Amino acid sequence: MSATPEPFLGVVDHTPVRHHILSVLVENKAGVLARIAGLFARRGFNIYSLAVAPAESGARFSRVTIVVDAESAPLEQIVGQLDKLVNVVAISDISPKDALERELLIATIKTDVDNRTSLLDIIANAGAAIVDVDAKSVTVMLAGTPGGCDELERALESFAEVELHRTGRVALPRLGKTASA
Amino acid sequence: MQLTGAQALIKSLEQQGVEVVFGLPGGAILPVYDPLIDSSIRHILVRHEQGAGHMAEGYALATGRPGVAMVTSGPGATNIVTPIGNAHMDSTPLVVITGQVASGSIGTDAFQECDITGITMGITKHNFLVKSAQEIPRAVAAAFHLATTGRPGPVLIDVPKDVTQSMMDWWYPSTIEEYDLPGYRPEAPLDENAIARAVALIDVAERPVLYVGGGTLKSRASAELLAFAERTKMPVVTTLMARGAFPDSHEQHLGMPGMHGMYTAVTAIQKCDLLISLGARFDDRVTGKIPAFAAGAKVIHVDIDKAEFNKVRHADVAVQSNVAAALLAFDAASATPRNLDAWWKQIRAWQERYPLVYEEPSTDGLLRPQHVIQAIAAKAEPGTIIASGVGQHQMWASQFWKFEEPGTWINSGGAGTMGFGVPSAIGAKVGRPERTVWCIDGDGCFQMTAQELVTARAEGIPIKVAILNNAYLGMVRQWQEMFYEERYSEVYLSADLPDYVKWAEAMGCVGLRATNLKEMHDVIEEANKINDVPVVIDFRTDSSEKVFPMVAAGASNDDIMVHPLQRGVAK
Repeated sequence: MSATPEPFLGVVDHTPVRHHILSVLVENKAGVLARIAGLFARRGFNIYSLAVAPAESGARFSRVTIVVDAESAPLEQIVGQLDKLVNVVAISDISPKDALERELLIATIKTDVDNRTSLLDIIANAGAAIVDVDAKSVTVMLAGTPGGCDELERALESFAEVELHRTGRVALPRLGKTASA
Repeated sequence: MQLTGAQALIKSLEQQGVEVVFGLPGGAILPVYDPLIDSSIRHILVRHEQGAGHMAEGYALATGRPGVAMVTSGPGATNIVTPIGNAHMDSTPLVVITGQVASGSIGTDAFQECDITGITMGITKHNFLVKSAQEIPRAVAAAFHLATTGRPGPVLIDVPKDVTQSMMDWWYPSTIEEYDLPGYRPEAPLDENAIARAVALIDVAERPVLYVGGGTLKSRASAELLAFAERTKMPVVTTLMARGAFPDSHEQHLGMPGMHGMYTAVTAIQKCDLLISLGARFDDRVTGKIPAFAAGAKVIHVDIDKAEFNKVRHADVAVQSNVAAALLAFDAASATPRNLDAWWKQIRAWQERYPLVYEEPSTDGLLRPQHVIQAIAAKAEPGTIIASGVGQHQMWASQFWKFEEPGTWINSGGAGTMGFGVPSAIGAKVGRPERTVWCIDGDGCFQMTAQELVTARAEGIPIKVAILNNAYLGMVRQWQEMFYEERYSEVYLSADLPDYVKWAEAMGCVGLRATNLKEMHDVIEEANKINDVPVVIDFRTDSSEKVFPMVAAGASNDDIMVHPLQRGVAK
């Protein structure tokens, strides 16, 4: 455990060595997310991001993709404690180098005539898409790598008014690689 | 067959073979108390819900069967949180049923509403909020399965009032699949490779120690342990949670390790070259300063819970298994250490130099608490069960009582819950009525839960309580004396307030008092003759007595402090 734990759900740092991706299949029951969040909080494990959605097998299971700080606690401890939650059905651990990670970013940027051109350049460079537009604002979307989302987020910092949301990442092993169960 | 949810709940408990429920009714659980009248299940009406929880724990620790407690919502539920937390720390199988406000009122701050599944999420093995009467049998069956398999622990079932009042078609799950626990895998297949690596470590060991923890009792591995230890001639230590797992009278037993452990048990671990942990979890009260703990030893860690591996101490070999199966596998591979003669010679020298000691009792002064425990033991029938609270008296009971078999030591280990003694002794006596049950208690602990002696008298549960009354919160006093320059802050309780004899009598018990050696022997004789009502004895003991040996918090176990008599220094 690090001496000065970062805040729970704290600032994102995408330095690749620190994080691990846990793809966790859970029973779709009330309170499951609270059980996972509570476990991480009371054991002092840090979460970078967390994404939840119903899993492929329908309404019975959900998939929780947790990016954990593998320096806040040994990964073996995090997985071992998580596995003891009765509602957790399966955990696969995808190491960052073997992971295909994607994340969704959406942002609404206030613009005027002066800076609209530079915004369009940023959008084009990032490979983002414009999903809504009016006289004063543009809403863009990027489905990309976490690093790509970081770059777009930084590029948009030059604009005065930006409302930006990110989903947290989901991941699968790269083809030819496997997650460890 | 149509039943109410309440009837289904009671019938489900009967299906599980429950013989006794400890509890106290209230609004939200009221429907369940009605069919209880017609049930074969015995109900013990407690005076405070904490008592129900600790009684269920005492029952479980004495019998090996899950304890069951039932309380109402809100404060009824929060009052049983401490026993749930205690059972969680000590891996005690417990099923706790709480009433809940009606489903439609949940989340509205209704009268006596509280989010007990939320509150107990971190201190239960699992919990359920039952949403329909039809689901009650599954929840009960799953709760007992979870509480008693793998690493045992407390499971809570929260049942809204409308659920117990509505109708269901009776059914009961007959297979584990019907419990609907797709993520629960309590046992892993034995890893032959890990066994082989463990055997290889054992085969070259010259100074091994068997570090026996509570998991050995939980997996009922005492017979396997005895066979393995006798075949391999290895020395054995039993932690506070494992007292009774290996006979104290056995010549290979070095006693309890840890902060107040036997000098030889502590030191043998420090100097061993192979530490074989059997269902122990390297608790800080055992390890002391972790980097200095058994620094030269390889570690074989046997545990059913893989999250225990490498949590505190690196395991050179981790064997995920119940203790019995692992020991049988070691035996099957004929794992045998090297010749241990030199190791035993060293161990015997430590034992001879540093036995457990205390100062001679004086004939007129205050009693020595250690002597009181030995005097009770001298007159106790074999198989007597000892319960205790938490503090000095607990350490002395663990040190000076001789435990010979599993289920005879009822104690709060990980949580260190003061007040555990009286109710857990009652629960133990309910589970093993043929046994004598003594509670070795402190005056501070006794005051926390003594009202359950009313329960004991009313329900005909004749336990015996020995209060080692030193007028102080003794363990805190000991720390203030040793580490806070004798600045005693808020630890004095008075030996006479309350009057323990009158209090005992007011609760329908026999109250006795001993202020000197002669009275001590007399009251023990008298208490042993009483078998119909609870007995409480107020033993007036010397408050300056301290528990030794001692390793200061955070210190290395190499810096163990022996009794002043053994330091050649006047106390």
